[in-house]
Amino acid sequence: MFTAGAESLLHQAREIQDEELQKFCSRVVKLLQKDEPGPDAVDALQRLFLIVSATKYKRKLEKTCTDLLQTTLCSPKCPEQLQLLCAAILRERSPSDGLSLSCDHVQSSQQLSLVASVLLVQGDRKEEVRSVGQCAFRVLESRQPEGPSLRHLLPVVSKVTRLAPHTLHEDQTNLLSKRLVDWLRYASVQQGVAHTSGGFFSTPRARQPGPVTEVDGAVATDFFTVLSTGQHFTEDQWLNVQAFSMLRAWLLHSSPQGPSALDADDKSELEGSTLSVLSATSTASHLLPPQERLREKAFEYCQRLMEQSTRRALRKGDADLQKACLVEAVLVLDVLCRQDPSFLYRTLSCLKALHARLCGDVARARVLLPIARFFLSHGEAAAVDSEAILQHLFSRVPCELFHSPTLAFEFVRFCRDSLPLFGGNLDILKRSFPNLFKLLAWNSPPLTSEFVALLPWLVDAGTAMEMLHALLDLPCLTAALDLQLRLSPAASDRPLWDTSLKNPSCLEASRDPQFQALLQHLLRAQASGTVERLAPLHQLLRPMASCARVVQCAEAVPTLLQAFFSAVTQVADGTLTNQLALLLLERSDSLYQVAEYEARVHRVLSSQFLALCALHPSLVVELARELLEFVGSASSVHSRGAMLASVAWAVGEYLSVSWDRRCTVGQTNRFLEALEALLFEVTQSRPSAALPKCPPQVIAVLMTTLTKLASRSQDLIPRVSLFLSKMRTLAQSTSPSSAYHEEDAGAVRTRATELLTLLKMPSVAQFVLTPSAEVAEPRYHRDANTALPLALRTVSRLVEKEAGLLPG
Amino acid sequence: MVHAFLIHTLRAPQAQDTGLCRVLYSCVFGAENSADDPRPHGAERDRLLRKEQILAVARQVESMCWLQQQASGRTPLDLQPQSSDEPVPLHEAPLGAFRLAAGDPFQEPRTVVWLGVLSLGFVLVLDAHENLLLAESTLRLLARLLLDHLRLLTPSTNLLLRADRIEGILTRFLPHGQLLFLNDQFVQGLEKEFSAAWPR
Repeated sequence: MFTAGAESLLHQAREIQDEELQKFCSRVVKLLQKDEPGPDAVDALQRLFLIVSATKYKRKLEKTCTDLLQTTLCSPKCPEQLQLLCAAILRERSPSDGLSLSCDHVQSSQQLSLVASVLLVQGDRKEEVRSVGQCAFRVLESRQPEGPSLRHLLPVVSKVTRLAPHTLHEDQTNLLSKRLVDWLRYASVQQGVAHTSGGFFSTPRARQPGPVTEVDGAVATDFFTVLSTGQHFTEDQWLNVQAFSMLRAWLLHSSPQGPSALDADDKSELEGSTLSVLSATSTASHLLPPQERLREKAFEYCQRLMEQSTRRALRKGDADLQKACLVEAVLVLDVLCRQDPSFLYRTLSCLKALHARLCGDVARARVLLPIARFFLSHGEAAAVDSEAILQHLFSRVPCELFHSPTLAFEFVRFCRDSLPLFGGNLDILKRSFPNLFKLLAWNSPPLTSEFVALLPWLVDAGTAMEMLHALLDLPCLTAALDLQLRLSPAASDRPLWDTSLKNPSCLEASRDPQFQALLQHLLRAQASGTVERLAPLHQLLRPMASCARVVQCAEAVPTLLQAFFSAVTQVADGTLTNQLALLLLERSDSLYQVAEYEARVHRVLSSQFLALCALHPSLVVELARELLEFVGSASSVHSRGAMLASVAWAVGEYLSVSWDRRCTVGQTNRFLEALEALLFEVTQSRPSAALPKCPPQVIAVLMTTLTKLASRSQDLIPRVSLFLSKMRTLAQSTSPSSAYHEEDAGAVRTRATELLTLLKMPSVAQFVLTPSAEVAEPRYHRDANTALPLALRTVSRLVEKEAGLLPG
Repeated sequence: MVHAFLIHTLRAPQAQDTGLCRVLYSCVFGAENSADDPRPHGAERDRLLRKEQILAVARQVESMCWLQQQASGRTPLDLQPQSSDEPVPLHEAPLGAFRLAAGDPFQEPRTVVWLGVLSLGFVLVLDAHENLLLAESTLRLLARLLLDHLRLLTPSTNLLLRADRIEGILTRFLPHGQLLFLNDQFVQGLEKEFSAAWPR
């Protein structure tokens, strides 16, 4: 625990000065040089470790000290405590240039393990990894029957294989493969003897240990595996455990062709030819080369594990281990089949049986993921339809287990990692997005970044509208899931829902049939192709909007929306773009009311609306009626200012003949009238608690849009000029009760003046406000005759002069 | 394989608490390959980078744990023990996993599994495609062993000056970052060995 005492200790360790540290080092040296270093030495080393590890900057230790640490580490008669501390201190200082440690003279595998723990973190500048590997194999090769235990050696070998697989020679890999076969398959099936010293009362003939048992207490029926238990264990049984623990990594990195075994052409040829040969038995396996023999034994081991997992474990720890073993067995089988397709036939049958067994078992649902991945990788080669497996996985598992953070993470990781393998099955993934969103809604902080990467694959033109609704309703989904957990009978001893909110009022109300239908739609497992308006649910679930989980989900939605839109714009045609734009407008005032959610979503939706318009400019003309309605509605200013600004901006930009020939004068006039009316109402009305004041940005955009429209139908110019001067006057009269601060009013005034100035020269106004498409070309701006800044400057000067000449 | 194991503080973000997340113990099991980097890098710079990577992970875990606790409706005080006699129910302790993208902060993409007990965070930084079920049970096992053998439940002890025991446990149960498939009896056997070698 972290008490104040610990904090000050850490502080002291950081602040210790160099001089003091050197004095302390010399004390350490003295203590270590004694014949029998006592507890003082241990204490001093512990402090030294703290000092070295407490800061991220390097601490200067004297050479004598570090040299002595290295010597102590290597001296065999030193107690383990001191050796471990020396190794820890040297490791903490790594990578370090002054290290003279080497594993050339190690005598035991335990010593090698200690030295390796320091050498392997040096960053491999001096090929330490290779030398450790070579040393490990020397010890392995020279193993005497009563020699040092190899238990400490295998993890070192495993690490070296992981870090630098190319440093091992073929005969070394063959040697280890042979040994692994022995340890995996031929470990003793008798329990070990207790390693206790005799004592005064012990009988000389100790009781013979019995055979090992299975996890359910029965006597073991076949060879020893990690799921075999007993009172004590023999050395080779320990090695069996370690061998299996490193098996997958060893198979992957030690195969001659490397981790990415055969290339595509060879592979399909092999698979085609070997499947016709039923290699069901492993005859004459002892004649196989070591790698192949190891694969064969690994296969047998995995099969045995799968059989052992059907037993009912007596202890919880063993039950958990059974699950982990099943996962590992499937992963190893996957590697085996990739390296040698002749395993495929045998593997498929036992995996299908395993899958059938696990289908109804909720506690073991996580094992279904590697099985599904196996079928995705190899199903095609074996002409097996993986669709049923995927269908079951996607429709059942997320519904039942969305509340488990680790399952949710693994599930999404499975989706992401298997994307290239889905092939024709990708639409199962796409159709299941409602279920996937449940995982996201419940566990948003760790899964948001995963979904941002996954969304481009889920987005489909057919389901885009439904998905957008689902994304906007994601916090509502979180609340609904919480409600569902409260209502369902308690499956676990702990409440899975938000315990800080007790008995929300919506609990009873949700049983109402009208809400039930909507809830069922929200909690659906697959894309239904229909869209339901969930506004009544937003009302119903309002008491849950303050739940922390709902708020966390709401915070994630804007990011997801951005990801969605960048994906959907790749696949959307004109019709879909229009539909999406309308959806944005419609949903912008129909959102679940979570704190700040609406404001954030509006920000995203308004910028995405403009993006949609830029993608498909005719949208404005095609949806003119709906946009007009939107502009005309009184609520739009106050509750959806950002959306209104975007719509107005889009109208100003794209409502012209140059973008779409179908644009009529009537449309322009109608928009003009609507915008005028809106502006008038906004500036005239007094702000109150219910109607907050309209932001000056929105007013500026509205005025600019009016000017743009006028610049296109020039007979509207006098009307708009009159309106603008009225706006300017209104902004000038800043009474104490006025809605606007001086700055805001000033901004409005300035903008009105600029626009009025522009309108005085209609052709310039048209040029500035409705530029032709060539404005995107740089030449347009560099050419002295057409450059915009030049034109503006000229206009301003002319107008000023004019104003100066005219009276008043 | 496990790339790193660390223990860090888990504070509740209360208004007056302006302390930092502290890494109380960390152990890295192998170095990242920085061969692609053309700049000459000193050993010191590499060490600094390594320490900062670990701290970055600790901070992320702290915020993930806090978010998970908040979402379940538990107050931060739930992480403190009620009394020193009560056994800490580890299977109820918050546990989660998330992915670290390549370059952020480790060179290769990695997975992080974390467990929050008694205002301490226990974290395993794994390779990207590890057996998560095994990692979780190993993490729970390590946490239980450390709580028991370091007597972390008694208020006056801390683990800052007990690195030797932590190392002793790690050497046996997570040697060189190798996750082991240990059934209950094996765990008991190893634990007896450890207790015999390191009397309390």
